[in-house]
Amino acid sequence: MAAIAPLADAVAHVVRDGDTVAFEGFTHLIPFAAGHEVIRQGRRDLTLVRMTPDVLYDQLIGAGCARKLVFSWGGNPGVGSLHRFRDAVQHGWPRPLELEEHSHAGMANRYVAAASGLPFAVLRGYTGTDLPAQTANISSVTCPFTGEVLTAVAALRLDAAVVHAQRADRHGNVQLWGITGVQKEAVLAASRSLVTVEEIVDELEPRPGAVVLPSWVVDYVSVAPGGAHPSYAHDYSVRDNDFYQAWDEISRDRDRFAQWLEGVA
Amino acid sequence: MMTVAAARALRDGAVCFVGIGLPSTAANLARRTHAENLVLVYESGTIGAKPDRLPLSIGDGVLADTAVSVVGVPEIFNYWLQPGRIDVGFLGAAQLDRFGNINTTVIGGDYRNPGVRLPGAGGAPEIAASCREVVVVVRQTKRAFVERVDFVTSFGFGSGPGEREELGLTGAGPQLVITDLGVLRPDPRTCELVLTRLHPGVDPATVRERTGWDLKFADDLGRTEPPTERELAVLRELTR
Repeated sequence: MAAIAPLADAVAHVVRDGDTVAFEGFTHLIPFAAGHEVIRQGRRDLTLVRMTPDVLYDQLIGAGCARKLVFSWGGNPGVGSLHRFRDAVQHGWPRPLELEEHSHAGMANRYVAAASGLPFAVLRGYTGTDLPAQTANISSVTCPFTGEVLTAVAALRLDAAVVHAQRADRHGNVQLWGITGVQKEAVLAASRSLVTVEEIVDELEPRPGAVVLPSWVVDYVSVAPGGAHPSYAHDYSVRDNDFYQAWDEISRDRDRFAQWLEGVA
Repeated sequence: MMTVAAARALRDGAVCFVGIGLPSTAANLARRTHAENLVLVYESGTIGAKPDRLPLSIGDGVLADTAVSVVGVPEIFNYWLQPGRIDVGFLGAAQLDRFGNINTTVIGGDYRNPGVRLPGAGGAPEIAASCREVVVVVRQTKRAFVERVDFVTSFGFGSGPGEREELGLTGAGPQLVITDLGVLRPDPRTCELVLTRLHPGVDPATVRERTGWDLKFADDLGRTEPPTERELAVLRELTR
């Protein structure tokens, strides 16, 4: 049964120093409010996991929360580079950032393996690229039926997963729809989970194509209206594209970023 | 011209894996001109999206609202891309070499201490491997068109013929490279990229100057038809 708790309490329970944690969201439903709470609580040495570390991860990295990043594409979508991420990789500021790098297909399959309770997943991927040489979590496996050699990727087990959704009911059953990315897989791959929601309703009306996370696979639900801003929650808000543009300017300069950070704390 | 040339490369009815930026503009231009039945698949999980304006990110709500179906990200890669159900994949490049290998990871230095850190692979390695064919769209500069890429993020033809087959890659690889200067295609015998068309007003010397290897020109080097009034009108409408 998921506990419905205030955001600060839920974050304190779910995300701990040294954790391997994913704040997932594929452009849509990115859990910004929860991420900012992690910055406020001063979590350290996190291994941040996400397919598309965008502005939220730039903020967490710049705030010094992260030791390592496991990812497949690190940019500000439609805008350009992540400057805090670059500064950490190229200059070790505010602290060095270790990288483990994959492709989207590899990351998605690593989550699927963990969510499925398997040690690894099989795909046709990475072939001919320089990526496998950079991590022990990409290997190969021979098909026991055909003898074909395929790519194997290690399951991506998480200590904690944090996602945002449109709504939950009073029992903590969660419903999300629109572009649902890998949020379900991330929650099922994690030992602890927190879902922030736009609202809590008496009854979850069924919606075609919606993903439901039943209360018994979620640890905490917190109400955080607008908690995906500047990303969006389909049918509740629209993406604040101006903020993504503005972030390029804010994040280029360490002092400018420090000012922004004060506003969060 | 790059966008128009890319749009023209898409035939009606094709299934196209689209990224944001120029590929998305080109695909939507094609859908409004000669390729009404183009199927747009975005890696965010939207299949058959028919956006009435250009999406601002691959996860733009307009894609979900207008799609035939919205599926999870594992499904897009495992069910739709991996088995070869996508005809055309679009890729960009920070570096591209004479065998169509692409780098979007790091430039200069070594991997752990790079000169420039780029966004990384995203969906590209598997798009390059599994789409029936790949169209690369990239601005032609000496820094981008290099003899050998610093890091192979996405495999083109490796260092020559037969390598894709040996690795078991199912797609035909980069069959078309569209730049701001012209169009390149791989030589069927050597797999090396060859300039096959120049865009209007571009002279061959400029292309040589902006290529970091000794670029070969096709014997029957052609000229790209200038954009039509209709193409320009739709493009203006789209990017307004």
